[in-house]
Amino acid sequence: MEFINDLSIYFGRINHWVTIFLIVSGLYIIITNSNMIKKLIGLSIFQTSVYLLYVSPGKIIGGTAPIISPQFEVYSNPLPHVLILTAIVVGVATLSLGLALVVRIKEEFGSIDEEAILMNSFEDQE
Amino acid sequence: MEFFLNFIILIFLSFITIAIIKINNLFSLIILTGTYSFLMASLLIVMDAVDVGMTEAAVGAGVSTVLLLSALYLTESKDSNRSNQNAMPIVLCLLVGGLLVYGTLGLPQYGLSDTPVNSYVGALYLERSIPETTIPNVVTSVLASYRGYDTLGEVTVIFTAGIGVLMLLKKFKQD
Repeated sequence: MEFINDLSIYFGRINHWVTIFLIVSGLYIIITNSNMIKKLIGLSIFQTSVYLLYVSPGKIIGGTAPIISPQFEVYSNPLPHVLILTAIVVGVATLSLGLALVVRIKEEFGSIDEEAILMNSFEDQE
Repeated sequence: MEFFLNFIILIFLSFITIAIIKINNLFSLIILTGTYSFLMASLLIVMDAVDVGMTEAAVGAGVSTVLLLSALYLTESKDSNRSNQNAMPIVLCLLVGGLLVYGTLGLPQYGLSDTPVNSYVGALYLERSIPETTIPNVVTSVLASYRGYDTLGEVTVIFTAGIGVLMLLKKFKQD
């Protein structure tokens, strides 16, 4: 148990660091990939990192899920959970709207690769 | 023990994210995204957010994967090729990441009970839920009772997105 206590002292902010890693990876995927489905996957990683950002400060070590019961004394903070429940559902709504746009773009331009669409439109102009 | 589980799942999550960055086959990517959502759901349950964990397992690992797979079927594409090969995106991402890590140095450590986040309104909800609403699950009482208008707004967002998807995918007849 000593080892685990040391771990929580040295890595007390590792949740935040992994959150930041996820934010930055989502951003990197969105910038570097021209395929729109992969861009949307990057966007959903960006959105998912926000769940960690909100829920990890509300966790209390030794606490339990916020369902009131006489057997327990310490509960984690319920407010971030409520906010993130809303965020998950809104995230799926935006993902489905984005995918519908991608399907329409495929029907109209014949490709879902950003650079291929740009190249085609340049050739049409010339 | 709680922190140890948290630590292991965070490491898994980071490796899956690196794989998502590296892999270009879209089908593998979508399955990896499902795995990612499932790990995120486990992590949320370890952090006591049971309602959020269940929603993420159902909606993130289930519905999102189905939506992505159906979009893949409709667009008939296989691989994504990387476009920008210059150093600009990496520099930008490292800059953003470095600034954010610098910002976390002032934040309290994981799992403490006397932080500002856990002191005021969250504790009040835990105290008042049973006397005011008689609902033992505090997340439900806050979602449906104290912040009911918030949930109404969420329903409006889903409704609007549904209308948008239907209008985009409907085949209009040419006059």
